[in-house]
Amino acid sequence: MNYFPDEVIEHVFDFVTSQKDRNAVSLVCKSWYKIERLSRQSVFIGNCYAISPERVIGRFPGLKSLTLKGKPHFADFNLLPYDWGGWVYPWVEALAKSRVGLEELRLKRMVVSDDCLELLSRSFVNFKSLVLVSCEGFTTDGLAAIAANCRYLRELDLQEIEVDDNRGQWISCFPDSCTSLVSLNFSCLKGEINLTALERLVARSPNLKSLRLNRAVPLDTLQKLLMRAPQLVDLGIGSFVYDPSSEAYIKLKATLVKCKSIRSLSGFLEVVPCCLSAIHPVCQNLTSLNLSYAPGIHGNELIKLIRFCRKLERLWILDSIGDRGLGVVAFTCKELQELRVFPSGVDNAAVTEEGLVAISAGCPKLHSLLYFCQQMTNAALITVAKNNSNFTRFRLCILDREKPDPVTMQPLDEGFGAIVQSCKRLRRLSLSGLLTDQVFLYIGMYAEQLEMLSIAFAGNSDKGMLYVLNGCKKLRKLEIRDSPFGNTALLTDVGKYETMRSLWMSSCEVTLGGCQTLAKKMPRLNVEIINEDDQMEFSLDDRQKVGKMYLYRTLVGPRKDAPDFVWTL
Amino acid sequence: MSQDTTVDSPESSDGASLMSFDTELTLGLPGESRSPARAPAFAQGHKKNCTKRGFMETVIDLNLGTSHISMPRGQNSESRVSGTGKYPAAKAQVTGWPPVRSFRKKTLEGSSKLVKVAVDGAPYLRKVDLQIYSSYQDLFRALEEMFTCFTTRGDDNMEERKLTGALNGREYVPTYEDKDDDWMLLGDVPWKMFVESCKRIRLMKSSEAVGLAAPRTPTNC
Repeated sequence: MNYFPDEVIEHVFDFVTSQKDRNAVSLVCKSWYKIERLSRQSVFIGNCYAISPERVIGRFPGLKSLTLKGKPHFADFNLLPYDWGGWVYPWVEALAKSRVGLEELRLKRMVVSDDCLELLSRSFVNFKSLVLVSCEGFTTDGLAAIAANCRYLRELDLQEIEVDDNRGQWISCFPDSCTSLVSLNFSCLKGEINLTALERLVARSPNLKSLRLNRAVPLDTLQKLLMRAPQLVDLGIGSFVYDPSSEAYIKLKATLVKCKSIRSLSGFLEVVPCCLSAIHPVCQNLTSLNLSYAPGIHGNELIKLIRFCRKLERLWILDSIGDRGLGVVAFTCKELQELRVFPSGVDNAAVTEEGLVAISAGCPKLHSLLYFCQQMTNAALITVAKNNSNFTRFRLCILDREKPDPVTMQPLDEGFGAIVQSCKRLRRLSLSGLLTDQVFLYIGMYAEQLEMLSIAFAGNSDKGMLYVLNGCKKLRKLEIRDSPFGNTALLTDVGKYETMRSLWMSSCEVTLGGCQTLAKKMPRLNVEIINEDDQMEFSLDDRQKVGKMYLYRTLVGPRKDAPDFVWTL
Repeated sequence: MSQDTTVDSPESSDGASLMSFDTELTLGLPGESRSPARAPAFAQGHKKNCTKRGFMETVIDLNLGTSHISMPRGQNSESRVSGTGKYPAAKAQVTGWPPVRSFRKKTLEGSSKLVKVAVDGAPYLRKVDLQIYSSYQDLFRALEEMFTCFTTRGDDNMEERKLTGALNGREYVPTYEDKDDDWMLLGDVPWKMFVESCKRIRLMKSSEAVGLAAPRTPTNC
């Protein structure tokens, strides 16, 4: 079938970068499969238990960048017991034993130990990039090993991690010869940091583009760092505590004006006073702003800041911005593509359907939304759907569970129905509020591109889940909690689950018997029953309802590292 | 917290039956030109346009009577309905709801000091995070925004800082309960000390605040 020599085909494949496309290419014929696998450099494994490290290495010996995801999404919300799994050590060990020249490791929801980081730092000469999102299990000792041993480190990026922060000395472990840093993000670390070492590190990193500091970095250090790195594109400010009349503050103001490259701003973990006029010059060029960890920025100061951000494409904010503040966003940020509004836990200002409607009317490019709100109406959702059919991600969380439309007291079926009908490119959807089976009928009918669906406290009967399983042909991840879906829904189309990455069901109506039937029929699925602490005795009553079930397709059978409270059927 | 749905004003207190639709009760505080965006979110399901509404609407919104609200879930409803029976209580806390990462929860938790703010005559409390304000002025501005019928009078001189109710011209004095259970005037102590010792805030009617100038004076709460 080949009219060209292999090298030519390989060269063509160089331009095929997305994993999806490369997977497709590899299915064309044996020859293309071989060329593709030998030239693939970047591999994404959405579920670390779907395949073994040995098989990945065997197929892709030229691997340079590996992305792994471990725990299911609902683990983020404490629905998964500690120690369920997701350890990355076996992967690093297998890679270290092989000849793979690993350069980049990106992990999400995995457990990473200090030993693992140590092994990683010593095993790969060209290791350049470590990105950890929502991971756990290590201390700053592990970071020290990475800093000390990875001679060509470019990127160290820690996001949303609770680290046992022992000392701030890890930053001193970067050798003087390390001058290659491009991205350093330690904003989530709680403890102190050696400020002198940090300053020296930044001073010898001419390629540094992204720097996100933690709370322990004071204003005067920030000023010194910015002096050294005026080329920064992405800045995360830790502490913004200052005395307006102080020299440090005046210096900072002047320095910030010189930082003309900053396009992304975040942090402000501490802000006193709330006045942010020093930041205003930076705002004009910002495309990304994350104030979702900054409760100290609120009210009129927040709104003043927003008014400068005309070029904003991405905004993450707390709901204390209020509907009024969202109105200002709608008026100002015409380039907005992604908006996330997080709950601040305070109810003196929250957002409602009004804010969302204003945004949808004012921001025509918006396609990605995460919105925690006090209430929502069908009318508002219908309006949003009319204003904007571009949504690829639509996640709505009404804080009050099962809350109906407060004006009509109706479920929100029609509103969400309008969204799925209008947004033909919708890939991710999260539902909330009072919902009946009807919303699932709409989703099954219209959400043709839907890949991930999150359901909580919704639906009336098995029909709801069946509408989704039958209708959404591209569904990959389905996660359901506290909804009345049972064995009939689970077992009607068992083959469906091999076309998906995973299914999570907790506090639903499925029974042990139902899960066992499924596991028997589908040997290439791992059907895990996760027991709560006090249900250690596995009662063999088929009719017993299952508390938590997580099933996923896999090529390697039941995992060997499952703890006692996980029962793979 | 009072379950009254009426605003405590002399006009409505004599003889008006709560069941009468003629009474036209409101939930919001008295005041005009309240833009919907700033209306306080007192109760779940409140109407954003602040139109006056009758008792039955109020009852429904407070979830006091649910006989006509369809409970769509057939099976196992008790695990999903808050409380049992016809009058569900406030919803119980549930693991993992709202769906916020624990990192985010912990980070924001540590940085907030939430206290309740009660206003004499208003049926509901509000919650504020004292840690986001850097001074009494800051806090007062926020209280103003929250209870939009108030305007502050006076300047930095704390003694004259009173909140004036627009409807009936009554003045309100900002007070707080400290760690020793004493009711104090806001502004008596340095800001940081106040944040640390404040347990809750009450905007008291001036008439009742007589004698509060000196700390340790008990009042009827």
